[in-house]
Amino acid sequence: MMTAFDAGLGVLLVLAAVRVVATSDVRAAASGFLAYGMILALAWVRLESVDVALTEIAVGSGLTTIVILRAIAHVPSPPSSSTAGAKAAVGLLCACVTLGLSAVILGLPEPASSIAADVAMNMPATGLGNPITGVLMVFRALDTVLETIVVLLALIGVWALVPQERLAGRPATPGTGRSPEPVVFLARALVPIGLVVGAYQVWAGADVPGGKFQGAAVLAAMGLLLMMAGIVKAPAATDVKLRALLLVGPILFLAVGIAGWPLAGSFLGYPPGFEKPVIIVVEIASTISIGLALVMLVLGPPGRASS
Amino acid sequence: MPDLASLVTVPALLASVFFFIAGSVGLVRMPDTLTRIHALTKADNIALGLLVVALLPQVGSIADAAKIVAVWIVVQISSGAAAQLMGEVALAERDAASSGPDQRGMAGGRDA
Repeated sequence: MMTAFDAGLGVLLVLAAVRVVATSDVRAAASGFLAYGMILALAWVRLESVDVALTEIAVGSGLTTIVILRAIAHVPSPPSSSTAGAKAAVGLLCACVTLGLSAVILGLPEPASSIAADVAMNMPATGLGNPITGVLMVFRALDTVLETIVVLLALIGVWALVPQERLAGRPATPGTGRSPEPVVFLARALVPIGLVVGAYQVWAGADVPGGKFQGAAVLAAMGLLLMMAGIVKAPAATDVKLRALLLVGPILFLAVGIAGWPLAGSFLGYPPGFEKPVIIVVEIASTISIGLALVMLVLGPPGRASS
Repeated sequence: MPDLASLVTVPALLASVFFFIAGSVGLVRMPDTLTRIHALTKADNIALGLLVVALLPQVGSIADAAKIVAVWIVVQISSGAAAQLMGEVALAERDAASSGPDQRGMAGGRDA
């Protein structure tokens, strides 16, 4: 029964991917990409990777699609369907990557080498219940530090697209000037629920699937909704408070990392006995920074607000 | 005990699937945006409600049941608002299409 379901899921996934590539309408491709992300998330759930599924829905599918749709709206003439030659070249390249990945996966030794046992053995020392969070915050903390910095770098890249004098302007919120009534309703009804869900995802990430990226994405969505409803104004890129909050996560993470040398004997080592409180403080600070960075990434280059 | 639960779940699930399919058929077959939204939201809301009814007897705890109901409420709020939003845009586009050609004196405009 489940095999049939998984097979159906696999077929749907391929169909959705083909639809994204095959359509010449960029908007249809964008909404197809959203649907593709949802099916992919379902596949991750079937692989028991709920953490990945949550991130896929929130960041990979949700926020990314909004960025794509906004980009389509702001590109003067949407790049018309590229030439058949270019499409064929891209398709060939993608096929090569797919075949290469398939070869690697099929060639994996059986049983696949895994460090899961090592992680499980060392989990008690972290004070955490969710092994994914254990890997992200303890065993591979360096990767996670760099990830929070990458989000920041992406935002700097977006801000660098505008000339200096426009940097002080506010970015345009999605939609057209006047906030439609349903959006205002949605902001009032959904934001209180979303704030609780986002905060819960961050807090519960220590023991069950969830964490700062998923929570930050939900909180960012709520922030965007408030801006679209005209309840909150989009901050300007030069806002000192905004910049301080964008930096608090990466700086605190790095500070904890450097403090690890004297306190725990290694970079990113946590002081023995205080692992969980330190991790939670870093997670909360990172959530604030990542959430705000995601909001500003979706809003796009500053200085575009018409009013 | 499981039989009693199945007595609720199976018919509700089948009815739910029927309405989901009806909604999807409506989405594909209806002539314009407004009727498509209508088909999708009306049928899918009933289908989702039936799905919740079907799942509730199967859960093990009150907390799980509350989560399912919470998901249902959030989907109701967001899908309702999204449908209204798309409806407004569709109406505005239709008005623009019907009044546009007359105002600008363009020949061969779309008639709504």
